Amino acid sequence: MKFAVIVFPGSNCDIDCYKAVEDTIGQEVDYVWHTATDLSAYDAILVPGGFSYGDYLRCGAIARFAPVMNEVVKAAEAGKFVLGICNGFQILTEAGLLPGALRRNSGMKFICQQTLLEVANNNTAFTSQYSAGEIIDIPIAHGEGNYYCDDETLAQLKANNQIVFRYAGDTNPNGSVENIAGISNVRGNVVGMMPHPERAVDQLLGSEDGKRMFTSILNAWREQHGAAVNG
Amino acid sequence: MKAKVYVTIKENVLDPQGSAVQGALHTMGFEEVGKVRIGKYLELNLDTSDRAEAEARLTAMCEKLLANTVVEDFRFELEG
Repeated sequence: MKFAVIVFPGSNCDIDCYKAVEDTIGQEVDYVWHTATDLSAYDAILVPGGFSYGDYLRCGAIARFAPVMNEVVKAAEAGKFVLGICNGFQILTEAGLLPGALRRNSGMKFICQQTLLEVANNNTAFTSQYSAGEIIDIPIAHGEGNYYCDDETLAQLKANNQIVFRYAGDTNPNGSVENIAGISNVRGNVVGMMPHPERAVDQLLGSEDGKRMFTSILNAWREQHGAAVNG
Repeated sequence: MKAKVYVTIKENVLDPQGSAVQGALHTMGFEEVGKVRIGKYLELNLDTSDRAEAEARLTAMCEKLLANTVVEDFRFELEG
């Protein structure tokens, strides 16, 4: 399986994503620059966190028009796995690959801390290795992670089981609608989330609860490809 | 032609910056302040003299890039 980690000017979690793939599932992974015009070689696309284009205008607004994003849209349409983390989530909503938008945290502060998440949907390619309702420990680091969608969109998210992660209990750090921390598209092959699973792949980092997102993706890909690959 | 573009958070969407500034104004004794909304102001110089075309192009710019219409409203004024 081959992963692409998209790199925009201002991305700063690209190395974390690369290392998470390399260290947890040992699959091929490349950095792909925002000007790239071909992602056909990749099975999964990671859109990392950071401050693409300095977050000028709005988080993700300018990155969404980078040449590589046309290819990310094509990959999503082809059913490939696309995971947007933090700024990557913001970019995917700006690009229309995921519904809703990310607003400034309700408390106005940039928050960087461990956070408990509830796995709201373990029936996705990204979360199959978790139990439904499991509470996991994944760090957040964002100033604009306050997920918003209108009531109609929220009803659709619920009806289609697109809410993947919620902040557990009463821990909602940013004021997001219904404690939403991560969602998928209808088809389930595109996920966006504010917390950083790539920063929770080893106890040395404080948690290894993020590991299973990467092993889930690999398992899902192997199931699609007849489980014929070792490694 | 010069365009002034205003982008604001929609009325029904919480504006944390506006709320923080409102709180500060109240603390300072400006009790008469009701809701505060903070937005963006952009000035664009357009190389055209066709007003109708400029309006159509500006609308497209706002809808595509300058505003996120999920959470923001926009309006603009043309001068010249």
